[in-house]
Amino acid sequence: MWITKNNLIRTALAVGLLLGAAEAVVAAELIKVDGSSTVYPITEAVAEEFQKKSPNIHVTIGISGTGGGFKKFCNGETDISDASRPIKPSEVDLCKENRIKYIELPVAYDGLAVMVHPSNTWATSMTVKELKKLWEPQAQGKIKRWNQIRTGWPDKEIHLFGPGVDSGTYDYFTEAVVGKEHSSRGDFTASEDDNVLVQGIATDPLALGFFGMAYFEHNKDKLQLVGIDDEKAENGNGPVLATYENVVNGTYQPLARPIFIYVSTKAAARPEVREFVKFYLNAGRPLVKEVGYVALPDKVYDLVLQRFDKQVLGSVFGGKGSKVGVTLESLLTAEAKAQEPQERSLP
Amino acid sequence: MKLPSKELNKILVRRYWADRVFRLCAVTMLLITLGTLAALLIDVFIDGAGRLSWPFLTSFPSRKPEQAGILSALVGTVYLMILTVVIAFPVGVGAAVYLEEYARRGWLSRLIELNIANLAGVPSIIYGLLGLELFVRAMRLEESLLAGALTMSLLVLPLVIIASREALRAVPPSIREASFALGASLWQTIWNQVLPLAFPGILTGAILAASRAIGEAAPLITIGALTYIAFLPDSLVAPFTVMPIQIFNWVSRPQKGFFEAAAAAIIVLLAVLLLMNAVAVYLRQKYQKRMNL
Repeated sequence: MWITKNNLIRTALAVGLLLGAAEAVVAAELIKVDGSSTVYPITEAVAEEFQKKSPNIHVTIGISGTGGGFKKFCNGETDISDASRPIKPSEVDLCKENRIKYIELPVAYDGLAVMVHPSNTWATSMTVKELKKLWEPQAQGKIKRWNQIRTGWPDKEIHLFGPGVDSGTYDYFTEAVVGKEHSSRGDFTASEDDNVLVQGIATDPLALGFFGMAYFEHNKDKLQLVGIDDEKAENGNGPVLATYENVVNGTYQPLARPIFIYVSTKAAARPEVREFVKFYLNAGRPLVKEVGYVALPDKVYDLVLQRFDKQVLGSVFGGKGSKVGVTLESLLTAEAKAQEPQERSLP
Repeated sequence: MKLPSKELNKILVRRYWADRVFRLCAVTMLLITLGTLAALLIDVFIDGAGRLSWPFLTSFPSRKPEQAGILSALVGTVYLMILTVVIAFPVGVGAAVYLEEYARRGWLSRLIELNIANLAGVPSIIYGLLGLELFVRAMRLEESLLAGALTMSLLVLPLVIIASREALRAVPPSIREASFALGASLWQTIWNQVLPLAFPGILTGAILAASRAIGEAAPLITIGALTYIAFLPDSLVAPFTVMPIQIFNWVSRPQKGFFEAAAAAIIVLLAVLLLMNAVAVYLRQKYQKRMNL
């Protein structure tokens, strides 16, 4: 006989053991993070260092995009949500429906770089108005040549590249440039994978595109940065380049944005989550720069830590999605002052 | 009618030419296929070979591309494959045995047959959505290894059933008849005669199905398999990640070092795939010999 009784019993035992293992209690504490691919590298770096320090606390990170991450977060499936824009009204409602309360914590700045092919000699800078003219929904099928943006630029086709419409990066860019979140022309090459955009712009002399500046930093030899002029004197005169310095000093406007983590209050009641979030906001500061983003000023990190300690609920942006041209410091300071009378502390 | 020999010769020459042209076409097609595969493999090896090392296999992912390793994804993939086969194999073979040996030929069995064939062609992401609702949410398994394996089992089940049925059908009816003639029941015939003979074919089908599952990322991303995990799954309900997801993540990072890590991970994935196919070939050879006795 080819299957002996012994064999059969052994197989049954093995299967039983496997199923029994499912019953075993998970020994380590688990912190579940999901959300934006933009914030992912920072959270990954923090989790890596955190687990060296506390090997018994396990951190898992998924990439579902800012919107996808909030969907899970507001369903109570995750503890922390990575977000590259503030929470939107529809997401606020979903969280409310499921009684999920959350604390919003800015963790870094990201600059959106506008780029062209290195052989492009004309587009060294653009005003926000010109960007708007190029990207607004009405431009679809009409603005197709460089000389339509600025007279004097060549009479050649323009080829546009940008992140996919599900990304927080796209949402922020449209809010900052077009003036309405999630609204732009549709005839551009979109990809969720920024490296595809890098390849696209690097191989097309007539290309123009935008994405997070970390990708520009690693592809400086293949791309050329376009200076952005918001025509407001208080943010520096003339065009400003997407560099770390300009993002920190606030002159790279309006294309510098804060990025966030959202912590649910239910998770924040657990000591291991509190420990992780505090580690994120303290030891995480130098890691932000290391993975290609711009760290917040120390003063702002302290305000953010305060926000977490006091468990200030909701979004500092009022739950209305991206907001352009505000400094975190002013928002958080105003909020901290307003909070003082009815100060709440952790249970 | 009699053709002059000159005319006949002309026709013959034309025919031989057509033959040669067709042969050339076929060889060209073969070269295109092999060439593409070779180009892909060579490209991956050039990018990734330098990155392959023991530490790469035994390290967890890291923000530093030169320190990043494949351990959690490799272990996750191996566990997931084993679990998937453990779940899909008995169910698939059982279904095939019923359909081939027990079920009466009729409209119902034809309908089932048609549906199974259709299921084999359903895009894998659909299985992911089903797994998300059924296993992750309704059964509350969350984003666990078990939920992933159950989803993958659904995905490969039609392939296992089809392969098993082919294998069962290939067993000559004379074997069954001989067994019945000796007084064996249907169950005894299936267990002692038919299944052992069909086993190599069934096994090959199962391993080929698992080989398909190993490269799948879409259904697992749908059910919420994670990207960053720096520990190994310690139970069936532990979170996990697999190699295709890790590769996908590395390819989309800005640092060049992650490209090399991705290429190296592809080599590891290919090695695992090759190993599985080698096992399939070995087992088939071993059991086929027994059948020929």
